[in-house]
Amino acid sequence: MSDSAIIVDRLTKTFRVAERRPGAWNALAGLVRRHYREVRAIDDISFRLAEGELLGFVGPNGAGKSTTIKILCGILEPTAGQCTVGGIVPWRERVRHVARIGAVFGQRTQLWWDLPVIESFALLRDIYRVPPERYRQTSDELIARLDLGRLLATPVRQLSLGQRMRCEIAASLLHEPRVLFLDEPTIGLDAVAKLAVRDFVKTLNREHGVTVILTTHDMHDIEALAERVIVIGKGVILADGSLASLRRGALAERRLRVHFAGEPPATIELPGAAVRQREARSIELAFDPRLTSAHRLIASVASEFEVEDIHLEEPPIEEVIARFYAQHEVDG
Amino acid sequence: MTASALRPYHAVFRARFQLLLQYRAAAIAGFGTQCWWGTIKVMIFSAFLAGPVASPMTLRETIDYIWLGQAFLMLLPWSADPELARMVRSGDIAYERLRPVDGYAYWYARAVARRTATPLLRAMPMVLLTGVVLPSLGYGRWGLGPPAGIAAVLLFIASMALVVALASAFSTLLDVLVVMTLSERGVNILVAPLAIVFSGSLIPLPLLPEWLQPFMQYQPFAGLLDSPLRIYSGHLGGWSAVGALGRQAVWTVLLVALGRAIMRRAMARLQTQGG
Repeated sequence: MSDSAIIVDRLTKTFRVAERRPGAWNALAGLVRRHYREVRAIDDISFRLAEGELLGFVGPNGAGKSTTIKILCGILEPTAGQCTVGGIVPWRERVRHVARIGAVFGQRTQLWWDLPVIESFALLRDIYRVPPERYRQTSDELIARLDLGRLLATPVRQLSLGQRMRCEIAASLLHEPRVLFLDEPTIGLDAVAKLAVRDFVKTLNREHGVTVILTTHDMHDIEALAERVIVIGKGVILADGSLASLRRGALAERRLRVHFAGEPPATIELPGAAVRQREARSIELAFDPRLTSAHRLIASVASEFEVEDIHLEEPPIEEVIARFYAQHEVDG
Repeated sequence: MTASALRPYHAVFRARFQLLLQYRAAAIAGFGTQCWWGTIKVMIFSAFLAGPVASPMTLRETIDYIWLGQAFLMLLPWSADPELARMVRSGDIAYERLRPVDGYAYWYARAVARRTATPLLRAMPMVLLTGVVLPSLGYGRWGLGPPAGIAAVLLFIASMALVVALASAFSTLLDVLVVMTLSERGVNILVAPLAIVFSGSLIPLPLLPEWLQPFMQYQPFAGLLDSPLRIYSGHLGGWSAVGALGRQAVWTVLLVALGRAIMRRAMARLQTQGG
């Protein structure tokens, strides 16, 4: 045992995928002899996570995020390598392990389709053997925090996606796990539902100290929640650190949008800055903050031209991550 | 095992059971079809057995066999659990592995619900119609007769309990095979005809050729229908009845062991669909 909640050490998982070349003849040949291709979903992945940490797991589709999560959940067995969650090897002691973790897979459902939400909860209570007194407390709190009161009597199939996701998250926490895995919990949700999910996960992590691993394609989830990000691509870890350090490494530039009182000038010559975009009344400059400072740039723009307004911006996080994928040639 | 150890399995059984009891339209339609089939079969076998023929089964025993066979038709493991098949396709099966329960026992509990709720819905009206209504209208000759005696009743009840255990083991085995092959269609196509013929649902097993009898007695499907039906009418009594119960129990144990072994393999190579 150590103080790390999760230790992942050189984890590798390969799948055997049956392959068939196109055409009728090859389909027949496939009946006799199958061709398999080895696909390495994750390759030699290592990281550690302290108790109470919130880790964002990012990567293009097929990068290996879900495979890693499924191994950590005890659903899949790795081909090589080790990992422990709270001192337990997930796939070796599956039953003991899964009693102590919670998981939400955004594209799946763990609620019983035909049952009202509250009955799904009661079933989970029995499956996890939660004592009745404990269950009453936990479920009351979750129902209040996630605003589920009006949904409880509704069969799951009649819920909207946003409503269902709130119920899914509550369902994953009824047995009070100390570690929570969220695999794309905001996928397909509208802005309001996304905010609700983010807020809830944040308090869960900050106030209740639940360790969270979150995968998402929505960089705003990461921006709002994760102090630490692991970027994974083609099965290997490409970066492990804060969002700020990722930004510095991938796309350090900043942007200055200048709105002019009249016609924008035909050319702008400023040291360390380049014109990025030009519109009817404004010009966007890109500059490297390591070469020139924002305030020097603003001062020289303001002194040379008749300026109406100036915005200083960072590139959107999606662009940073897209650039990062491109640099590592893992884009999708 | 303590009550708390069984709590998850009991909970999932109860939930499935209650849900399955709600399929009223299917029950009514099924009941109609089964009455029709039963009537036709009673007519056919009466024609065969009417004259002074040497038959391994009397007409009385045969008619009881037919009506009880129709009543308990839904006990046969016709198909894998469609709900699990859906989970395999959608990938929701991943959640099944997240539950702190014995995976096999968990699915077995679901299967027990399927093999009790639906049969109960179908058996009650069938027994009522053929065992009470027909005789009171004076057609008792074509209906379900009373059991052969107290001993037969007790043995019949024991045998029916074993039918539920055996049928559930069959069903769970089908479920496991569905997970392994990722499709329920192949499994269902294979098992349905086997179940109909070898359980005695199509033709009572004692009426099949004599040289087939030793095989028919010992194959697992006989314990799904044939054994309790013959015990009821007294065609099978005494030690032969006890022997049939023993075979039901042995097949249940074997099928559970087989299902567990295949499940362990299937889960080790599980690849969740769609990432």
